[in-house]
Amino acid sequence: MSKPSFVYVTYIRSTPEKVWEALTTQEFTRKYWFGASLRSEWKVGSDWKIEFDDGRIADTGKIVEFDPPKRLVIGNWQNQFRPEVKAEGFSTCTIELEVTGEAVKLTITHVAQGPKFIEAVSGGWPKIMSNLKSLLETGHVAMEMKV
Amino acid sequence: MADVSKFKPNTVYVTYIAATPEKVWQALTSAEFTRQYFFGFAIDVEPKTGGDFFIRYPDGRVHISGKVLDWTPLRRFSCTWLVEGMAEFAELPECIVTYDIEQAGEAVRLTMTESHSWDIPETILAGGRSGWPAILSNLKSVLEIGKPMAIKMEPPQEMIEAVKKAVATKPWLK
Repeated sequence: MSKPSFVYVTYIRSTPEKVWEALTTQEFTRKYWFGASLRSEWKVGSDWKIEFDDGRIADTGKIVEFDPPKRLVIGNWQNQFRPEVKAEGFSTCTIELEVTGEAVKLTITHVAQGPKFIEAVSGGWPKIMSNLKSLLETGHVAMEMKV
Repeated sequence: MADVSKFKPNTVYVTYIAATPEKVWQALTSAEFTRQYFFGFAIDVEPKTGGDFFIRYPDGRVHISGKVLDWTPLRRFSCTWLVEGMAEFAELPECIVTYDIEQAGEAVRLTMTESHSWDIPETILAGGRSGWPAILSNLKSVLEIGKPMAIKMEPPQEMIEAVKKAVATKPWLK
């Protein structure tokens, strides 16, 4: 039996470089990540975290692969603010970018140890990626609301 | 009419769109819109529950045919789907495609659910799982920036092989 996983694909009218920047720049992530931002030194082996604007830590992990502007792998990804999700342990998230026609195909593959984490990211990724796509295409996010 | 209780959701895709439920409904149900984001195909639907439903090639031939299971304007549009226009696929059992529209803050959440009545192999589901994100990403772009993206896409070869095998062995009859 394979591990619980969630796959989300979106196509964005943009360049891989711009999408990569949007995924790996703290100030950019803050615009579309619903009141949180991603922090890391962005190199293989460095710590990675999602931090809420009020300083609480949402999730932590480590950069496992960093191959701009094509492939980013975050390992040891663990939720830090919902005990029942945290208890499921580490997950691994792979983000791949590929040019197809006029679009960048962005594929997120998130593999976890348990169902609660997958349930959480199944709700979260479509919101975050919809906002990212809108931001890159229109200059505005689709939703300002916080999660 | 399909016995809906036998169908289970196999593929779900969610996207949030900066538009009104009215615009999203119009995009799902009018040929003027589907031609822009659905690989050039035109929807042709009788706007009522129980009505006929077609998705047509640009030249008018039928690609997909079905019946409307639920026509609830601005909220839910559900149809049976039979891929009639491709010989290998025409003998597969019909599936059900349901779109749900909900307000989500200042945006609209659109949920597409593809349901099947048999133990369909992952290799066949892979076709929809590659197609829906392209279609619905383009729907979002059409509503937000007024134009879709050219996306190159063919049905995966493994999928076509799996469909041929399924049609030959008809596992849904067991």
